[in-house]
Amino acid sequence: MGDGLRIEGATLAQGGRRLLSLDAHVAPGDVLTLMGPSGSGKSTLLSWLMGDVPTAFRAEGRAILDGRDLTGLPPEARRIGILYQDPLLFPHLDVAANLAFGLPHGGTRTGRRAQVAAALEEIGLAGFGPRDPATLSGGQAARVALMRVLLSGPRALLLDEPFSKLDAGLRDRMRRLVFDRARAAAIPVVLVTHDEADAVAAGGRVTWL
Amino acid sequence: MLRPLPLLTALVLTGPVAFGLLGTVLPAFGLLVPGADAPMAEALAWPGLPRALAVSVLSGVLSTLGALTVAALILAGWHGTRAFRWLERALSPLLAVPHAAAALGLAFLIAPSGWIGRIPATLFGWERAADLLILNDPWGLSLTAGLIAKELPFLLLMMLAALPQTDATARVAVARSLGQGRVAGWLKAVFPGVYAQVRLPVLVVLVFGMTNVDVAIILGPSLPPTLAVQVTQWMTDPDLTERAVAAAGGLILFGATLVVLTVWLGAERLVARIGRVWVWSGRGAPERVSRGLGLTLAGGSAVMVLAGLASLAVWSVAARWSFPDLLPEALTLRSWDRFGPDMAVTAGATLALAGAATLLSLVLAIGCLEAEHRFGLTLGQRALWLLYLPLLIPQVAFLPGLQLLPLSLGIGPSVWLVLAGHVVFVLPYVFLSLSGPFRAWDTRLARVSGGLGASRNRTLWLLRLPMLTGALLTAAAVGVAVSVGQYLPTLLLGGGRVSTLATEAVALSSGGDRRAIGVLGLGQSLAALLPFALALIVPAVLFRNRRGMRHG
Repeated sequence: MGDGLRIEGATLAQGGRRLLSLDAHVAPGDVLTLMGPSGSGKSTLLSWLMGDVPTAFRAEGRAILDGRDLTGLPPEARRIGILYQDPLLFPHLDVAANLAFGLPHGGTRTGRRAQVAAALEEIGLAGFGPRDPATLSGGQAARVALMRVLLSGPRALLLDEPFSKLDAGLRDRMRRLVFDRARAAAIPVVLVTHDEADAVAAGGRVTWL
Repeated sequence: MLRPLPLLTALVLTGPVAFGLLGTVLPAFGLLVPGADAPMAEALAWPGLPRALAVSVLSGVLSTLGALTVAALILAGWHGTRAFRWLERALSPLLAVPHAAAALGLAFLIAPSGWIGRIPATLFGWERAADLLILNDPWGLSLTAGLIAKELPFLLLMMLAALPQTDATARVAVARSLGQGRVAGWLKAVFPGVYAQVRLPVLVVLVFGMTNVDVAIILGPSLPPTLAVQVTQWMTDPDLTERAVAAAGGLILFGATLVVLTVWLGAERLVARIGRVWVWSGRGAPERVSRGLGLTLAGGSAVMVLAGLASLAVWSVAARWSFPDLLPEALTLRSWDRFGPDMAVTAGATLALAGAATLLSLVLAIGCLEAEHRFGLTLGQRALWLLYLPLLIPQVAFLPGLQLLPLSLGIGPSVWLVLAGHVVFVLPYVFLSLSGPFRAWDTRLARVSGGLGASRNRTLWLLRLPMLTGALLTAAAVGVAVSVGQYLPTLLLGGGRVSTLATEAVALSSGGDRRAIGVLGLGQSLAALLPFALALIVPAVLFRNRRGMRHG
């Protein structure tokens, strides 16, 4: 069990103007919700955690994940998963290959296939492996995107307004699924949102930027 | 006025190709050209055929694979970095440099007595150039390298234009957050989408690589040459019956092109399957090696072409320049005095031809696009294939027929036939360049203008076209650059009597007068590059007080 995500003295600036500064500790299984108006730098903070800050911004401070300083690590070495508004499934791959995309290398071919099949069953999409992702409904695609992140074995999960494009009824179910899964995986979650209902469902600390 | 234009454009794109292919098929089987009995048998019996065909296929396939690989590696490894922006700026102007000029520059560079060869010669005190067959090597390796260097900017810019439609930035971010490296993530998540968008341009590069004549004359092998060059030699033989053999040869090359295209399309599926296995395996790519290789090869190819052009420039002003010296003893304008006036006359003719072909193409393209806007008339779903048709059928397969068929009707080669030929190749590029900005224009402005009582024509002439000044000039510059680079249509349809900078430059290449080649190669490059400079400057000056007209 890790120590979770520590954000120490993070400051973001754009063209000399300071956008935000943040100190936080998110324990495994906890959710930190960041709320604020557009342009407050919420999404840029996520980019900074991912290791991919747009060139127009300047970032300082450090992030420590399970005791590992992330400073200077490329995105692929950080083991931080992210979910966006759009599921961003790869349209040239079938659903199963989308899920396999993030599986860490290793194991047998049959083992990997079985892992993907089990994951599909878990999200109620058994047998959907050979499907074209474009034929999935919004809710199905969102579940596949979630499962794709979880299969990559992330040590932290970032959520960039992931529920905002879902229908109201679907949104609730998806929220519960995401937060239950993150808790079960015992990984820290950082949620960026406009929607107070998201923050309530997350049940963690809320920070206004 | 407007309604028949889409149909006319379709005819301009397909007519000459169909007509030309017919005019090639008939003589190839002993019709149309009197005195030629069994041209196909004669072409098949040519002893150089196996080697010529092999080199044609090899240089075409390898150069396409090479340019595609380097373009993919550089995008995968460096897109969004400062190094990439630098490279993009270095490569973009090279797109406009005509094939012949770029090839002549490269020949100056890599010949045993060229700039590169002089470096070890100076260091080790060699008195004579190394006796190596680097240039014009029998397997067409220098030809392949030259084609890669020239096609890389084309494919790279086409792929760059396709990136926004494939949501590349977001896909790479997701792929990296899932643990894939920059290169592996890009290749797995973005490349398939980009390739689907640039597939036709890639096929154009493949066909051009297999069948080009000007680059192959300058950089390719000579005994035997590539099949396309041999066909051109048969076509320009004083013995008229040889033209039937040329037609047969062109047809053989066309057949080979079709076979290679089929194999290529099969290979696409194979690569897609391998790609899926790669995705499933979860394996990465050798990130450092791939990034280093991409930057080295792309940077190296840009440097080679630029150094080649510099070499043309230095030779054009060189006084005495003996072998191992890296620079001439003195600079002089003597060569420009000697060859400049003739070159200027040829340049004038070249630009007049290019201007006329571009103007005709612009009229057709604007007419089609405006008809599409007003009446919803389009060339249909297959319009894109139609535009690419003259670029996908090898020139040596239908240009011989385009000379022979009119000849049998009593219409000899002339500057008008050349002009018509140029339009066939200029139109697709002008159309492709203009269609994006034309369609992106905010049509609400047309409704506002109509509401103010302006007719549709008035709206077109006083609103849409002036607002698209920049795009129109860029499309015109593209058209001029394409026309200035055309070698084979000028040579064959002009019957050797129409000379442009392209035909002159290629004709000089065998002579070996480096100063004359320098003047002409540089002249051809400038003729293609100047319109682009104008296309940048004119709108900036015209709209210097209109902030809403910048970047567009």
